[in-house]
Amino acid sequence: MSALRRALPPVVIGLAGLVAWELVVRVNAIPYYILPGPLLVLQTLISDWRTLYPSLLVTLAITGAALLVATVAGVLISILFAQSKLIELGLFPYAVILQVTPVVAIAPLIIIWVKNIPLALLICAWIVAFFPIVSNTTLGLNSADHNLVNLFQLYGASRRQVFWHLRLPSAMPYFLGGLRISGGLALIGAVVAEFVAGTGGSQSGLAYRILEAGYTMQIPRMFAALLMITCSGILIFLALTGLSYVILRKWHESAVEREV
Amino acid sequence: MIARLQQVDKVYANGVVALRHLDLDVGEGEFLSLLGPSGCGKSTVLRLVAGLGEVSGGRIEWPNGNGRARGDIGFVFQDPTLMPWATVSANVLLPLKLRGVPGDEGEARAREAIGLVGLDGFERAYPRQLSGGMKMRVSIARALVTRPRLLLMDEPFASLDEITRFKLDNDLLQLWARQRWTVVFVTHSVYESVYLSTRIAVMTARPGRAASEVVIDAPAPRDEAFRTSPLYHEYCRQVSARLAEATRA
Repeated sequence: MSALRRALPPVVIGLAGLVAWELVVRVNAIPYYILPGPLLVLQTLISDWRTLYPSLLVTLAITGAALLVATVAGVLISILFAQSKLIELGLFPYAVILQVTPVVAIAPLIIIWVKNIPLALLICAWIVAFFPIVSNTTLGLNSADHNLVNLFQLYGASRRQVFWHLRLPSAMPYFLGGLRISGGLALIGAVVAEFVAGTGGSQSGLAYRILEAGYTMQIPRMFAALLMITCSGILIFLALTGLSYVILRKWHESAVEREV
Repeated sequence: MIARLQQVDKVYANGVVALRHLDLDVGEGEFLSLLGPSGCGKSTVLRLVAGLGEVSGGRIEWPNGNGRARGDIGFVFQDPTLMPWATVSANVLLPLKLRGVPGDEGEARAREAIGLVGLDGFERAYPRQLSGGMKMRVSIARALVTRPRLLLMDEPFASLDEITRFKLDNDLLQLWARQRWTVVFVTHSVYESVYLSTRIAVMTARPGRAASEVVIDAPAPRDEAFRTSPLYHEYCRQVSARLAEATRA
Protein backbone atom coordinates (compact mmCIF):
# COMPACT_ATOMS: atom_id res chain seq x y z
CA MET A 1 0.00 0.00 0.00
CA SER A 2 1.39 3.41 -0.87
CA ALA A 3 2.20 5.93 1.86
CA LEU A 4 -0.55 8.23 0.60
CA ARG A 5 -3.25 5.58 0.80
CA ARG A 6 -2.08 4.61 4.26
CA ALA A 7 -2.20 8.20 5.46
CA LEU A 8 -5.67 8.80 4.04
CA PRO A 9 -7.92 7.03 6.62
CA PRO A 10 -6.50 8.72 9.74
CA VAL A 11 -6.48 12.12 8.02
CA VAL A 12 -10.11 11.76 6.94
CA ILE A 13 -11.17 10.66 10.42
CA GLY A 14 -9.21 13.51 12.00
CA LEU A 15 -10.76 16.15 9.73
CA ALA A 16 -14.25 14.75 10.28
CA GLY A 17 -13.68 14.90 14.04
CA LEU A 18 -12.53 18.53 13.87
CA VAL A 19 -15.52 19.54 11.74
CA ALA A 20 -17.91 17.78 14.15
CA TRP A 21 -16.22 19.50 17.14
CA GLU A 22 -16.55 22.94 15.52
CA LEU A 23 -20.21 22.24 14.67
CA VAL A 24 -21.06 21.04 18.19
CA VAL A 25 -19.49 24.18 19.68
CA ARG A 26 -21.32 26.52 17.27
CA VAL A 27 -24.75 24.83 17.22
CA ASN A 28 -24.90 24.60 21.02
CA ALA A 29 -23.26 28.02 21.46
CA ILE A 30 -20.83 26.55 24.02
CA PRO A 31 -18.87 29.41 25.60
CA TYR A 32 -15.12 29.46 24.81
CA TYR A 33 -14.20 29.13 28.50
CA ILE A 34 -15.89 25.72 28.63
CA LEU A 35 -14.87 24.32 25.25
CA PRO A 36 -13.28 26.39 22.48
CA GLY A 37 -13.71 25.23 18.88
CA PRO A 38 -10.70 24.11 16.86
CA LEU A 39 -10.64 27.31 14.80
CA LEU A 40 -10.40 29.46 17.93
CA VAL A 41 -7.63 27.21 19.27
CA LEU A 42 -5.72 27.69 16.04
CA GLN A 43 -6.24 31.46 16.19
CA THR A 44 -4.98 31.52 19.78
CA LEU A 45 -1.97 29.44 18.83
CA ILE A 46 -1.04 32.05 16.23
CA SER A 47 -1.84 35.12 18.39
CA ASP A 48 -0.07 33.73 21.51
CA TRP A 49 2.86 32.28 19.58
CA ARG A 50 5.32 34.73 21.13
CA THR A 51 4.48 33.48 24.64
CA LEU A 52 4.01 29.83 23.82
CA TYR A 53 6.97 29.24 21.51
CA PRO A 54 9.71 30.04 24.09
CA SER A 55 7.93 27.75 26.55
CA LEU A 56 7.84 25.00 23.94
CA LEU A 57 11.61 25.35 23.53
CA VAL A 58 12.09 25.09 27.32
CA THR A 59 10.04 21.90 27.49
CA LEU A 60 11.73 20.42 24.42
CA ALA A 61 15.18 21.23 25.80
CA ILE A 62 14.41 19.29 28.99
CA THR A 63 12.86 16.44 27.00
CA GLY A 64 15.85 16.23 24.67
CA ALA A 65 18.40 16.37 27.47
CA ALA A 66 16.49 13.74 29.48
CA LEU A 67 16.29 11.44 26.45
CA LEU A 68 19.97 11.87 25.74
CA VAL A 69 20.99 11.11 29.32
CA ALA A 70 18.50 8.21 29.45
CA THR A 71 20.01 6.77 26.27
CA VAL A 72 23.62 7.05 27.39
CA ALA A 73 22.95 5.91 30.96
CA GLY A 74 20.48 3.22 29.83
CA VAL A 75 22.91 1.68 27.37
CA LEU A 76 25.76 1.79 29.87
CA ILE A 77 23.60 0.17 32.57
CA SER A 78 22.51 -2.53 30.09
CA ILE A 79 26.13 -3.22 29.20
CA LEU A 80 26.90 -3.54 32.90
CA PHE A 81 23.97 -5.97 33.29
CA ALA A 82 25.18 -7.99 30.32
CA GLN A 83 28.60 -8.47 31.92
CA SER A 84 27.30 -10.58 34.75
CA LYS A 85 24.04 -12.24 35.63
CA LEU A 86 24.74 -11.43 39.28
CA ILE A 87 24.87 -7.68 38.68
CA GLU A 88 21.69 -7.88 36.60
CA LEU A 89 19.85 -9.90 39.27
CA GLY A 90 21.04 -7.53 41.98
CA LEU A 91 20.20 -4.25 40.29
CA PHE A 92 17.30 -4.94 37.95
CA PRO A 93 14.64 -4.95 40.71
CA TYR A 94 15.69 -1.42 41.66
CA ALA A 95 15.34 -0.26 38.08
CA VAL A 96 11.83 -1.72 38.19
CA ILE A 97 11.06 0.05 41.48
CA LEU A 98 12.20 3.34 39.98
CA GLN A 99 9.97 2.66 37.00
CA VAL A 100 6.76 1.70 38.84
CA THR A 101 6.90 4.57 41.36
CA PRO A 102 4.73 7.33 39.86
CA VAL A 103 6.90 10.28 38.90
CA VAL A 104 4.21 12.71 40.14
CA ALA A 105 4.74 11.27 43.61
CA ILE A 106 8.52 11.64 43.71
CA ALA A 107 8.80 14.86 41.70
CA PRO A 108 8.08 17.11 44.75
CA LEU A 109 10.90 15.42 46.68
CA ILE A 110 13.35 15.80 43.85
CA ILE A 111 12.40 19.46 43.47
CA ILE A 112 13.03 19.98 47.19
CA TRP A 113 16.40 18.22 47.07
CA VAL A 114 17.68 19.68 43.84
CA LYS A 115 17.66 23.45 44.02
CA ASN A 116 18.38 23.94 40.33
CA ILE A 117 14.90 23.65 38.78
CA PRO A 118 15.87 22.65 35.20
CA LEU A 119 18.14 19.97 36.66
CA ALA A 120 15.33 18.70 38.90
CA LEU A 121 13.00 18.53 35.89
CA LEU A 122 15.66 16.73 33.92
CA ILE A 123 16.04 14.11 36.65
CA CYS A 124 12.27 13.51 36.75
CA ALA A 125 12.05 13.11 32.98
CA TRP A 126 15.09 10.85 33.01
CA ILE A 127 13.57 8.54 35.65
CA VAL A 128 10.53 8.03 33.43
CA ALA A 129 12.49 7.63 30.20
CA PHE A 130 15.39 5.38 31.05
CA PHE A 131 13.62 2.13 31.91
CA PRO A 132 12.44 1.04 28.43
CA ILE A 133 15.96 1.55 27.12
CA VAL A 134 17.53 -0.47 29.93
CA SER A 135 15.02 -3.29 29.79
CA ASN A 136 15.02 -3.59 25.98
CA THR A 137 18.76 -3.24 25.51
CA THR A 138 19.47 -5.78 28.25
CA LEU A 139 17.11 -8.21 26.57
CA GLY A 140 18.81 -7.53 23.22
CA LEU A 141 22.32 -8.03 24.56
CA ASN A 142 21.27 -11.41 25.95
CA SER A 143 19.49 -12.47 22.75
CA ALA A 144 22.48 -13.13 20.50
CA ASP A 145 22.01 -16.29 18.42
CA HIS A 146 23.43 -19.19 20.44
CA ASN A 147 25.06 -20.80 17.40
CA LEU A 148 26.75 -17.53 16.49
CA VAL A 149 28.13 -17.35 20.03
CA ASN A 150 29.56 -20.85 19.48
CA LEU A 151 31.00 -19.80 16.15
CA PHE A 152 32.79 -16.84 17.74
CA GLN A 153 34.08 -19.19 20.44
CA LEU A 154 35.31 -21.64 17.80
CA TYR A 155 37.41 -18.95 16.16
CA GLY A 156 38.85 -17.92 19.51
CA ALA A 157 37.07 -14.55 19.76
CA SER A 158 37.83 -12.44 22.83
CA ARG A 159 35.07 -11.17 25.12
CA ARG A 160 35.48 -7.75 23.60
CA GLN A 161 35.13 -9.09 20.05
CA VAL A 162 31.99 -11.04 20.97
CA PHE A 163 30.59 -7.87 22.47
CA TRP A 164 31.34 -5.50 19.59
CA HIS A 165 30.74 -7.81 16.67
CA LEU A 166 27.89 -9.92 18.02
CA ARG A 167 26.05 -8.72 21.13
CA LEU A 168 25.87 -5.05 20.25
CA PRO A 169 24.50 -5.51 16.69
CA SER A 170 22.04 -8.15 18.00
CA ALA A 171 20.76 -5.66 20.57
CA MET A 172 20.30 -2.82 18.07
CA PRO A 173 16.64 -3.54 17.09
CA TYR A 174 15.69 -3.99 20.75
CA PHE A 175 17.46 -0.78 21.74
CA LEU A 176 15.74 1.19 18.99
CA GLY A 177 12.35 -0.18 20.07
CA GLY A 178 13.07 1.00 23.62
CA LEU A 179 14.24 4.38 22.37
CA ARG A 180 10.94 4.95 20.55
CA ILE A 181 9.00 4.37 23.77
CA SER A 182 11.42 6.47 25.81
CA GLY A 183 11.09 9.45 23.45
CA GLY A 184 7.41 9.85 24.28
CA LEU A 185 7.99 9.11 27.95
CA ALA A 186 10.71 11.77 28.26
CA LEU A 187 8.21 14.37 27.04
CA ILE A 188 5.54 13.14 29.47
CA GLY A 189 8.07 13.11 32.31
CA ALA A 190 9.18 16.65 31.53
CA VAL A 191 5.58 17.96 31.40
CA VAL A 192 4.54 16.17 34.60
CA ALA A 193 7.57 17.51 36.46
CA GLU A 194 6.83 21.02 35.21
CA PHE A 195 3.30 20.74 36.54
CA VAL A 196 4.64 19.82 39.96
CA ALA A 197 7.38 22.45 39.95
CA GLY A 198 5.08 25.16 38.57
CA THR A 199 7.97 27.49 37.84
CA GLY A 200 7.23 30.99 36.60
CA GLY A 201 9.18 33.55 34.67
CA SER A 202 11.21 33.10 31.52
CA GLN A 203 12.23 29.54 32.45
CA SER A 204 8.69 28.18 32.35
CA GLY A 205 7.73 25.36 30.04
CA LEU A 206 4.43 24.53 28.38
CA ALA A 207 2.98 22.84 31.48
CA TYR A 208 3.30 26.10 33.36
CA ARG A 209 1.55 27.91 30.50
CA ILE A 210 -1.32 25.43 30.83
CA LEU A 211 -1.55 25.98 34.61
CA GLU A 212 -1.35 29.73 34.18
CA ALA A 213 -4.02 29.76 31.44
CA GLY A 214 -6.26 27.61 33.65
CA TYR A 215 -6.03 30.05 36.55
CA THR A 216 -6.92 32.97 34.30
CA MET A 217 -9.66 31.11 32.41
CA GLN A 218 -7.80 31.42 29.08
CA ILE A 219 -9.11 28.03 27.99
CA PRO A 220 -8.23 28.45 24.26
CA ARG A 221 -4.61 29.01 25.28
CA MET A 222 -4.70 25.80 27.35
CA PHE A 223 -5.81 23.94 24.28
CA ALA A 224 -3.15 25.63 22.13
CA ALA A 225 -0.40 24.59 24.58
CA LEU A 226 -1.83 21.07 24.73
CA LEU A 227 -1.80 20.94 20.93
CA MET A 228 1.87 21.89 20.92
CA ILE A 229 2.75 19.14 23.41
CA THR A 230 0.85 16.56 21.40
CA CYS A 231 2.46 17.64 18.13
CA SER A 232 5.91 17.52 19.75
CA GLY A 233 5.21 13.99 20.95
CA ILE A 234 4.18 12.92 17.47
CA LEU A 235 7.26 14.52 15.91
CA ILE A 236 9.56 12.84 18.43
CA PHE A 237 7.94 9.49 17.66
CA LEU A 238 8.23 10.00 13.90
CA ALA A 239 11.85 11.12 14.16
CA LEU A 240 12.83 8.07 16.24
CA THR A 241 10.87 5.75 13.93
CA GLY A 242 12.74 7.27 10.99
CA LEU A 243 16.06 6.77 12.76
CA SER A 244 15.17 3.15 13.46
CA TYR A 245 14.24 2.60 9.82
CA VAL A 246 17.46 4.14 8.52
CA ILE A 247 19.59 1.95 10.79
CA LEU A 248 17.69 -1.33 10.28
CA ARG A 249 16.39 -1.11 6.71
CA LYS A 250 19.20 -3.16 5.21
CA TRP A 251 18.75 -6.23 7.36
CA HIS A 252 15.99 -6.35 9.96
CA GLU A 253 12.57 -7.87 9.33
CA SER A 254 10.77 -4.92 10.91
CA ALA A 255 12.13 -2.52 8.28
CA VAL A 256 11.94 -4.76 5.22
CA GLU A 257 9.28 -4.07 2.63
CA ARG A 258 7.98 -7.33 1.25
CA GLU A 259 6.23 -8.00 -1.99
CA VAL A 260 3.73 -10.78 -1.72
CA MET B 1 45.23 -39.80 11.10
CA ILE B 2 43.91 -36.42 12.15
CA ALA B 3 42.05 -37.15 15.36
CA ARG B 4 41.44 -40.14 17.57
CA LEU B 5 38.57 -40.30 20.06
CA GLN B 6 39.19 -42.86 22.77
CA GLN B 7 36.52 -44.07 25.16
CA VAL B 8 34.88 -40.66 25.09
CA ASP B 9 32.02 -40.05 27.53
CA LYS B 10 29.83 -36.99 27.62
CA VAL B 11 27.41 -36.39 30.46
CA TYR B 12 25.50 -33.11 30.46
CA ALA B 13 24.88 -31.10 33.60
CA ASN B 14 21.24 -32.24 33.64
CA GLY B 15 22.40 -35.86 33.92
CA VAL B 16 21.74 -36.88 30.32
CA VAL B 17 24.39 -39.31 29.12
CA ALA B 18 24.96 -38.31 25.51
CA LEU B 19 27.97 -40.48 24.71
CA ARG B 20 29.42 -43.56 26.39
CA HIS B 21 32.77 -45.11 25.52
CA LEU B 22 32.85 -43.77 22.01
CA ASP B 23 35.83 -44.82 19.92
CA LEU B 24 36.35 -43.13 16.60
CA ASP B 25 39.32 -42.44 14.33
CA VAL B 26 39.26 -39.66 11.80
CA GLY B 27 41.69 -40.38 8.97
CA GLU B 28 43.54 -37.81 6.90
CA GLY B 29 41.60 -36.80 3.78
CA GLU B 30 38.59 -39.01 4.32
CA PHE B 31 34.92 -38.09 4.08
CA LEU B 32 33.50 -39.62 7.24
CA SER B 33 29.78 -39.58 7.97
CA LEU B 34 28.29 -40.08 11.42
CA LEU B 35 24.91 -41.72 10.94
CA GLY B 36 22.42 -42.45 13.67
CA PRO B 37 18.94 -41.89 15.03
CA SER B 38 18.19 -38.36 16.21
CA GLY B 39 19.36 -37.69 19.76
CA CYS B 40 22.19 -40.22 19.54
CA GLY B 41 24.88 -37.65 20.24
CA LYS B 42 26.18 -37.13 16.68
CA SER B 43 26.22 -33.37 17.09
CA THR B 44 27.83 -33.76 20.51
CA VAL B 45 30.75 -35.57 18.86
CA LEU B 46 31.28 -32.67 16.46
CA ARG B 47 31.08 -30.10 19.23
CA LEU B 48 33.63 -31.97 21.33
CA VAL B 49 36.00 -32.32 18.37
CA ALA B 50 35.60 -28.59 17.69
CA GLY B 51 36.40 -27.79 21.31
CA LEU B 52 32.95 -26.35 22.07
CA GLY B 53 32.73 -28.42 25.23
CA GLU B 54 34.80 -30.71 27.40
CA VAL B 55 34.69 -34.49 27.41
CA SER B 56 33.45 -36.04 30.66
CA GLY B 57 35.68 -39.07 30.25
CA GLY B 58 38.17 -40.53 27.79
CA ARG B 59 40.15 -38.28 25.50
CA ILE B 60 40.57 -36.81 22.06
CA GLU B 61 44.07 -37.07 20.61
CA TRP B 62 45.57 -35.17 17.72
CA PRO B 63 48.45 -37.32 16.48
CA ASN B 64 49.92 -34.77 14.04
CA GLY B 65 50.33 -31.67 16.10
CA ASN B 66 50.16 -30.34 19.58
CA GLY B 67 46.50 -30.50 20.29
CA ARG B 68 43.93 -28.84 18.17
CA ALA B 69 44.88 -25.72 16.30
CA ARG B 70 41.70 -23.71 16.18
CA GLY B 71 42.28 -22.37 12.70
CA ASP B 72 42.53 -25.88 11.34
CA ILE B 73 38.85 -26.53 11.95
CA GLY B 74 35.87 -25.24 10.01
CA PHE B 75 32.35 -25.74 11.35
CA VAL B 76 29.08 -25.69 9.42
CA PHE B 77 25.95 -25.64 11.57
CA GLN B 78 22.57 -27.10 10.78
CA ASP B 79 21.25 -23.57 10.23
CA PRO B 80 23.26 -21.13 8.14
CA THR B 81 23.91 -19.10 11.34
CA LEU B 82 24.79 -15.89 9.52
CA MET B 83 24.92 -12.42 11.03
CA PRO B 84 21.82 -10.77 9.51
CA TRP B 85 23.29 -7.28 9.82
CA ALA B 86 26.37 -8.13 7.78
CA THR B 87 26.81 -8.62 4.04
CA VAL B 88 27.81 -11.97 2.53
CA SER B 89 31.35 -10.69 2.26
CA ALA B 90 31.50 -9.53 5.90
CA ASN B 91 30.02 -12.83 7.09
CA VAL B 92 32.65 -14.85 5.23
CA LEU B 93 35.39 -12.53 6.44
CA LEU B 94 34.43 -12.95 10.12
CA PRO B 95 36.78 -15.82 11.09
CA LEU B 96 39.76 -13.96 9.58
CA LYS B 97 38.77 -10.71 11.25
CA LEU B 98 38.51 -12.41 14.64
CA ARG B 99 42.04 -13.69 14.16
CA GLY B 100 43.44 -10.36 13.06
CA VAL B 101 44.27 -11.25 9.46
CA PRO B 102 45.00 -7.90 7.77
CA GLY B 103 42.22 -6.32 5.70
CA ASP B 104 43.54 -6.72 2.16
CA GLU B 105 44.61 -10.31 2.56
CA GLY B 106 41.33 -11.10 4.32
CA GLU B 107 39.26 -9.51 1.55
CA ALA B 108 41.11 -11.50 -1.09
CA ARG B 109 40.62 -14.77 0.76
CA ALA B 110 36.95 -14.03 1.41
CA ARG B 111 36.44 -13.36 -2.31
CA GLU B 112 38.18 -16.62 -3.11
CA ALA B 113 35.99 -18.58 -0.66
CA ILE B 114 32.83 -16.95 -2.03
CA GLY B 115 33.98 -17.94 -5.52
CA LEU B 116 34.53 -21.54 -4.41
CA VAL B 117 30.90 -21.94 -3.40
CA GLY B 118 29.67 -20.23 -6.58
CA LEU B 119 28.35 -17.00 -5.11
CA ASP B 120 30.39 -14.50 -7.16
CA GLY B 121 28.45 -11.27 -7.50
CA PHE B 122 26.59 -11.67 -4.21
CA GLU B 123 29.33 -10.21 -2.00
CA ARG B 124 27.29 -7.13 -1.12
CA ALA B 125 23.96 -8.92 -0.56
CA TYR B 126 22.45 -9.34 2.90
CA PRO B 127 21.42 -12.80 4.17
CA ARG B 128 17.70 -11.99 4.02
CA GLN B 129 18.01 -11.45 0.26
CA LEU B 130 19.27 -15.01 -0.28
CA SER B 131 17.49 -18.35 -0.61
CA GLY B 132 18.02 -21.14 1.92
CA GLY B 133 20.52 -22.93 -0.34
CA MET B 134 22.50 -19.76 -0.96
CA LYS B 135 22.66 -18.98 2.76
CA MET B 136 24.08 -22.46 3.33
CA ARG B 137 26.70 -21.78 0.65
CA VAL B 138 27.71 -18.61 2.51
CA SER B 139 28.00 -20.67 5.68
CA ILE B 140 30.28 -23.16 3.87
CA ALA B 141 32.38 -20.34 2.41
CA ARG B 142 32.83 -18.95 5.92
CA ALA B 143 34.02 -22.37 7.13
CA LEU B 144 36.46 -22.65 4.20
CA VAL B 145 37.93 -19.17 4.44
CA THR B 146 40.48 -20.21 7.06
CA ARG B 147 41.61 -23.06 4.76
CA PRO B 148 40.90 -25.70 7.42
CA ARG B 149 42.35 -29.19 7.43
CA LEU B 150 39.22 -30.52 9.07
CA LEU B 151 35.69 -29.53 8.14
CA LEU B 152 32.92 -30.43 10.61
CA MET B 153 29.39 -30.36 9.21
CA ASP B 154 26.33 -30.80 11.43
CA GLU B 155 23.40 -31.90 9.24
CA PRO B 156 24.08 -28.90 7.04
CA PHE B 157 21.53 -29.65 4.34
CA ALA B 158 18.77 -31.15 6.50
CA SER B 159 16.44 -28.18 6.16
CA LEU B 160 16.80 -27.81 2.37
CA ASP B 161 14.55 -29.24 -0.32
CA GLU B 162 15.81 -32.33 -2.13
CA ILE B 163 16.73 -30.62 -5.40
CA THR B 164 18.83 -27.99 -3.63
CA ARG B 165 20.31 -30.65 -1.40
CA PHE B 166 21.45 -32.81 -4.36
CA LYS B 167 23.07 -29.78 -5.93
CA LEU B 168 24.91 -28.88 -2.73
CA ASP B 169 25.95 -32.52 -2.21
CA ASN B 170 27.53 -32.52 -5.68
CA ASP B 171 29.24 -29.16 -5.21
CA LEU B 172 30.56 -30.24 -1.82
CA LEU B 173 32.02 -33.42 -3.32
CA GLN B 174 33.69 -31.45 -6.10
CA LEU B 175 35.23 -29.05 -3.62
CA TRP B 176 36.40 -31.93 -1.48
CA ALA B 177 37.93 -33.68 -4.50
CA ARG B 178 39.85 -30.51 -5.39
CA GLN B 179 40.93 -29.41 -1.94
CA ARG B 180 41.14 -32.64 0.03
CA TRP B 181 40.35 -31.46 3.49
CA THR B 182 39.04 -34.07 5.89
CA VAL B 183 35.29 -33.97 6.43
CA VAL B 184 33.22 -35.24 9.35
CA PHE B 185 29.62 -35.02 8.25
CA VAL B 186 26.68 -35.64 10.58
CA THR B 187 23.47 -36.81 8.97
CA HIS B 188 20.44 -38.97 9.60
CA SER B 189 19.98 -39.75 5.93
CA VAL B 190 21.27 -43.16 4.81
CA TYR B 191 21.11 -42.08 1.16
CA GLU B 192 23.05 -38.88 1.65
CA SER B 193 25.73 -40.57 3.73
CA VAL B 194 26.31 -43.31 1.15
CA TYR B 195 26.44 -40.80 -1.69
CA LEU B 196 29.00 -38.56 -0.02
CA SER B 197 31.20 -40.65 2.21
CA THR B 198 34.30 -42.74 1.95
CA ARG B 199 33.38 -44.21 5.34
CA ILE B 200 30.26 -44.25 7.51
CA ALA B 201 30.24 -44.71 11.28
CA VAL B 202 26.86 -45.95 12.45
CA MET B 203 25.95 -44.85 15.98
CA THR B 204 23.59 -46.36 18.53
CA ALA B 205 20.71 -44.51 20.15
CA ARG B 206 21.50 -42.58 23.35
CA PRO B 207 23.91 -43.02 24.97
CA GLY B 208 25.75 -42.90 21.66
CA ARG B 209 28.65 -45.04 20.69
CA ALA B 210 30.04 -46.18 17.35
CA ALA B 211 28.30 -49.49 16.66
CA SER B 212 29.78 -50.40 13.31
CA GLU B 213 31.28 -48.89 10.20
CA VAL B 214 30.91 -49.30 6.48
CA VAL B 215 33.59 -48.30 4.00
CA ILE B 216 32.04 -47.00 0.79
CA ASP B 217 34.45 -48.23 -1.82
CA ALA B 218 33.03 -46.45 -4.82
CA PRO B 219 35.06 -44.51 -7.37
CA ALA B 220 35.07 -40.73 -7.68
CA PRO B 221 33.65 -38.68 -9.23
CA ARG B 222 30.28 -39.52 -7.82
CA ASP B 223 27.37 -38.26 -9.86
CA GLU B 224 23.84 -39.10 -10.94
CA ALA B 225 25.14 -42.32 -12.57
CA PHE B 226 26.39 -43.46 -9.17
CA ARG B 227 23.15 -42.41 -7.47
CA THR B 228 21.19 -44.77 -9.75
CA SER B 229 23.72 -47.61 -9.85
CA PRO B 230 23.16 -51.06 -8.28
CA LEU B 231 26.33 -50.53 -6.22
CA TYR B 232 24.82 -47.44 -4.57
CA HIS B 233 21.63 -49.29 -3.73
CA GLU B 234 23.55 -52.25 -2.38
CA TYR B 235 25.46 -49.91 -0.03
CA CYS B 236 22.25 -48.20 1.03
CA ARG B 237 20.70 -51.57 1.86
CA GLN B 238 23.75 -52.57 3.85
CA VAL B 239 23.94 -49.30 5.79
CA SER B 240 20.20 -49.39 6.51
CA ALA B 241 20.60 -52.88 7.96
CA ARG B 242 23.45 -51.70 10.18
CA LEU B 243 21.43 -48.74 11.31
CA ALA B 244 18.43 -50.96 12.18
CA GLU B 245 20.78 -53.21 14.14
CA ALA B 246 22.30 -50.27 16.03
CA THR B 247 18.89 -48.83 16.87
CA ARG B 248 17.67 -52.17 18.22
CA ALA B 249 20.73 -52.79 20.31
